[in-house]
Amino acid sequence: MATTITMPQLGETVTEGTVAQWLKNIGDSVDKYEDFVEVSTDKVNAGVPSPVTGTITELLVKEGETVATGTPIAVIEETGAAAPASAAAPVQTPSQPIQVASPNGAKPSAIESAEAESARGASPAVRRLAREHRLDIQTIKGTGVNGRVTADDILAAARTASSTTATAPAPPPPPTAPTIVPGATRTSTYAQPIPGTFVQLSQARRIIAERMVESKHTAPHAWSMVEIDVTHVWQWRLREKDRFERETGSKLTLLPFFIRAVVQALAAFPLMNAKYVAASGSSQSGIYVNDEVNIGVAIGLPANLVVPVIKHADKLSIKGIAIAAGDLIDRARRGKLNVDDLAGGTFTVNNNGANGSWASAPIINGGQAGIVTMEAVVKKLVVRDDDSIAIRQMMNSCLSLDHRVVDGYVASGFLADLKRRLEAMGPQGEL
Amino acid sequence: MAVVSANSTVMNNVETVRATLYEALRNDERTLIIGEDVGARGNVFLITKDFVGEFGERRIVDTPIAEASIVGIAVGMAMEGLRPIAEIQFADFIYPSFNQIVGEAAKIRYRSNGEYTCPLVIRAPYGGGVRGALSHSVSVEALFYHVPGLKIVAPSFPADVKGLLNASIDDPDPVLFLEHKKTYRLIKGEVPNGHYTIPLGKANVLKEGAQLSVVSYGLYVHWALEAARQLEQEGLSVEVIDLRSIRPMDKTTILQSVERTRKLLIIHEDNKFGGIGAEISAMVAEEALFNLDAPIRRLCGPDVPAMGYALPLEEEFMSSPAEMAEAMREMVKF
Repeated sequence: MATTITMPQLGETVTEGTVAQWLKNIGDSVDKYEDFVEVSTDKVNAGVPSPVTGTITELLVKEGETVATGTPIAVIEETGAAAPASAAAPVQTPSQPIQVASPNGAKPSAIESAEAESARGASPAVRRLAREHRLDIQTIKGTGVNGRVTADDILAAARTASSTTATAPAPPPPPTAPTIVPGATRTSTYAQPIPGTFVQLSQARRIIAERMVESKHTAPHAWSMVEIDVTHVWQWRLREKDRFERETGSKLTLLPFFIRAVVQALAAFPLMNAKYVAASGSSQSGIYVNDEVNIGVAIGLPANLVVPVIKHADKLSIKGIAIAAGDLIDRARRGKLNVDDLAGGTFTVNNNGANGSWASAPIINGGQAGIVTMEAVVKKLVVRDDDSIAIRQMMNSCLSLDHRVVDGYVASGFLADLKRRLEAMGPQGEL
Repeated sequence: MAVVSANSTVMNNVETVRATLYEALRNDERTLIIGEDVGARGNVFLITKDFVGEFGERRIVDTPIAEASIVGIAVGMAMEGLRPIAEIQFADFIYPSFNQIVGEAAKIRYRSNGEYTCPLVIRAPYGGGVRGALSHSVSVEALFYHVPGLKIVAPSFPADVKGLLNASIDDPDPVLFLEHKKTYRLIKGEVPNGHYTIPLGKANVLKEGAQLSVVSYGLYVHWALEAARQLEQEGLSVEVIDLRSIRPMDKTTILQSVERTRKLLIIHEDNKFGGIGAEISAMVAEEALFNLDAPIRRLCGPDVPAMGYALPLEEEFMSSPAEMAEAMREMVKF
């Protein structure tokens, strides 16, 4: 299938872009996520990744030419039509085997919980069609968003069921056609990995891999953890949550409270908001202490990790941080982050506790002195200073630090300061 | 204006309004136009330019800036057998005439037990995207949508403008005829020659599709169509329905479409809360819940008091074809 590539919108207010340089010529093959053109705007110069794997068949704009965003600039003939993660895959062609309820009710168990989840969320049309075709929604693999079973999935399953009932037992449906690459290795994708296959790296994964190795190899990591009593912050959050959501449309999580305490602690310990600069040429190595506090927020996505940055987080109230973080998280999930959103971080916060993690040893984002995590908030029995026993909401916070920049003395001081500030917050006040 | 064949002429929307009014004035002595600047000035969009010279001041009636009087006088004329076409210069100025439209015109047939009718057309240019700021950008349809006895028409294409305006003039009851002013010169099309009408209350399926029904009206019909055609290139099949008449609502066309596609997106420029989309959503939820495979979605103007003059504010208020395409993509893939 031929895919027409249009001039992307590089930045919120950008309405046109200039083709600075074609990185590929007509006839060249291009991988999905591989940059194939450099585009410059008044705000940013950026490589544009191909949305598909294929061959360039047309270049519609000359180098140096400026066109409006949305204008077609190139055509790529897609190869390997079986790419299951292709955004433009027609929804009617399920690329996954469809399981049909067998007479004895046996059902696959591997992804049962996910299917049960989607059955609970089945739309009225899906429920009606399943009833009419006597199919169990939980046994049908969904092709919709988050594996949701769609009406078309039910109809496809019904067609399969009617064509196989005559020749029971049903043969197992053929597996997804494997994509054969040179070297004859079977491959699958990161989003839908198949055991025994080779997952090719997307550009994003390749960069993540390279940066993690670089950080871990160049920055000697040291690690420390504190336990923080977040009972009052938690109460404050609960008190403000509904009103905040009503007024701003964003959710109020613990994250903005935590970031607020982090930026205050960074102000008290500027060396934690710094970076190690290696010697190069005639300039000596040293430590650059940042004059801005820009907090990166690690956001896990199904296929990769992004760390958009809350710029000047030290200038924002808790409410301001919440709105900024909510916007970044929302746009990260929708794939709408700009180049600008990802640049300029000076320290990173990783909210790692959502799935119950109790401690973790994060890798520092390259060019920063540290990264701090929020682990799960759990109720614990705590013996307090006056020897009373109380049920308190406790959270661990873990810090990885670049030992070239700071030692344990500064780092533990930073963590203690962070703990003190969070414990002093709430249970009420102005956000 | 270019004649492309003996049977039709290519015109834009504003030329079509002018030509249709002219023919109505020529063909039916009961018709007349009443409003601000419709006489010597020839209307702010030059729709009635030179009309007063040809038809005289008794049929092209200039009024003071007094919208309640424009409609009130027209109501009386209509009740006594004339066919007045009242003009509100911009829909934003319609509020002083609210009582005459809602309290009088819409109720006359019922109130007189059918002894009187009110064959009145109220024309009003509406809508934004033209840097019209707070008082030249408003969509007023939802304010009148609630009122039984009143029909509301909002055509998007020149051929529909003519057929629906003729039908509105012929209709024995009051019709609010809304003309999106950004489409006035932007949208051209073939208009059949001669007199014809298009029935009020009939939607038009502009583009057939299998995976999503999109219902819209006015300017946004054109943008929704553009977005749907773009999605066609991506292999996604979206049906686009132009309501044409907002009330009566063409339930049949909407329900038949949703029955096939199982998904419904309503797009309009007017504010979301309590808007046309709310009523369509409720109707489909009542009549076709078990055909729905996704939550109904509305892409509408934000709930702010007005469209700001500053370009970023206007752009924020208006939905773009790209935003429409994104909403369509999300719904098809849901």
